[in-house]
Amino acid sequence: MTTQIETPPPRSVGPAPREAPGEARVRLACRRCGLPVALGPVYVCAACFGPLEVAYDLDSLRESIHADTIEARPPGVWRYRELLPVDPPSRGLAVGSTPLVNGTRLGAAIGIDRLWLKDDTRNPSLSFKDRPVAMAAAAVERFGMGTLACASTGNLAGATAAAAAALGIPAYVFIPADLEPAKIDHALAYGATVVPIEGTYDDVNRICLEVADETGWGFVNINLRPFYAEGSKTLAFEIAESLGWRTPDVIVAPIASGAMFTKLAKGFDELAAVGLIERRPIRLVGGQAAGCAPVATAWESGSDIVEPVRFPDTIVRSLAIGNPADGGYAVELARGSGGSIEAIPDEVTAATIRDVARLEGIFTETAGGVTVAAAAAARRRGVIGPDDEVVALLTGNGLKTPDARQFGVDPRPHRAGPGEPGLAPALPPRFGEVLAWLEQGS
Amino acid sequence: MSAVRIPPVLRTATGGQKQVVAGGATVGEVLQSLVAAYPALEQQLLAPDGSLNRFVNVFLNDTDIRHLDALATPVVDRDTVVLLPAMAGG
Repeated sequence: MTTQIETPPPRSVGPAPREAPGEARVRLACRRCGLPVALGPVYVCAACFGPLEVAYDLDSLRESIHADTIEARPPGVWRYRELLPVDPPSRGLAVGSTPLVNGTRLGAAIGIDRLWLKDDTRNPSLSFKDRPVAMAAAAVERFGMGTLACASTGNLAGATAAAAAALGIPAYVFIPADLEPAKIDHALAYGATVVPIEGTYDDVNRICLEVADETGWGFVNINLRPFYAEGSKTLAFEIAESLGWRTPDVIVAPIASGAMFTKLAKGFDELAAVGLIERRPIRLVGGQAAGCAPVATAWESGSDIVEPVRFPDTIVRSLAIGNPADGGYAVELARGSGGSIEAIPDEVTAATIRDVARLEGIFTETAGGVTVAAAAAARRRGVIGPDDEVVALLTGNGLKTPDARQFGVDPRPHRAGPGEPGLAPALPPRFGEVLAWLEQGS
Repeated sequence: MSAVRIPPVLRTATGGQKQVVAGGATVGEVLQSLVAAYPALEQQLLAPDGSLNRFVNVFLNDTDIRHLDALATPVVDRDTVVLLPAMAGG
């Protein structure tokens, strides 16, 4: 039997009440040299060129943040507002409070008896990217930037376009030109301007860095990246809350830039620092596609240097970042926590997508296939033990990558057709003939 | 001489200029010339041993120099060297 731990779905798209004022509790600080910086649309330290990230006055929060207060708030990411960098936007999407599903059948298949699946396929634009974009959209409004933009491997395109539509501001979405059509259609539907670039994601990102400087637009994952990245912490917050304010033994997550991976750790660390959970070790396991695995390669080789991959070659487009910004930090985390970073061949990813759908009723896009396959690989490696409680993140919906499911099985794109296993031939609209087909053994 | 595009956070060190010129036969020499002309850039761009700060990505005509010969990549006149923060995207 499948058990679900679920908070009620978000009921409205309006802003949550602003109980927690005081952005004095929040500032930016350089991750490299520690220099404090006032909140603003900046992401690089002027003193040392290191990355800026958000820092909180956790000591003072310890006195004022309580589990029962959080639990009494409306569902969604803003229920954790004391540990978020900005107040909610004037109008946003109903993001977060997704269920933690007990993956008993899938767990039995991969040798993990206590497997939970964080089902983030059901966010407003069907991926976890709605979480970081919620923070960036709030920041764009706060800083009066007027236009929301991004460099995307696909899921972020939809999330950025949707958030801009809700706010009523323009969106510009830059993507590799050969991205999956479903993701392009998705962003266009929200009214975004989609700009295909004939190159890799890393080419797109490089160009967007300079476009951001020229236009002053709010690029969620460039000049708003310190805010954006904080949104991924809400995955950690929700997992802890769903488990009764405690942590699992292992978290398994996909790695593209590595930002979400590092923010999961930051989220659990902050919950412990403010006294909402007991601090205990969590092994962090990451998954990458074998055709674009710079972080897994560095982890496997024992190196601290993440060598970029120039030409990613994988069906897992959502993770196809050859030059991952947080790759070095992700390696440190996996190594320091006793976890691992697994490289998953595309055939295995496709088979795993089918398994997750068949065994748990959740249709995940390619990154979810990588993640569950990484959990299985870490189990075989011994990083995950038989009695460990494991949470695997399903970060996007399978309808975004409809072709991937059949990779290695059927080369035909897009539509299920005659002859596909499980698909009956078209039958005449007569009961007798349908029954006859059923009685001959389907 | 090569053109070098300067990101906003470093423009204080170049008197506000978005683009400057610097000489050198390799990317490494161009960066050394740049630092010689604008000494305030050294702390941001280079580690004490002369290697690149890990948070700086350097591109030669749109290609990451790590896909070429890194700092030893040859540079000719009218090439453009672009300096960008590494911590972006994803």
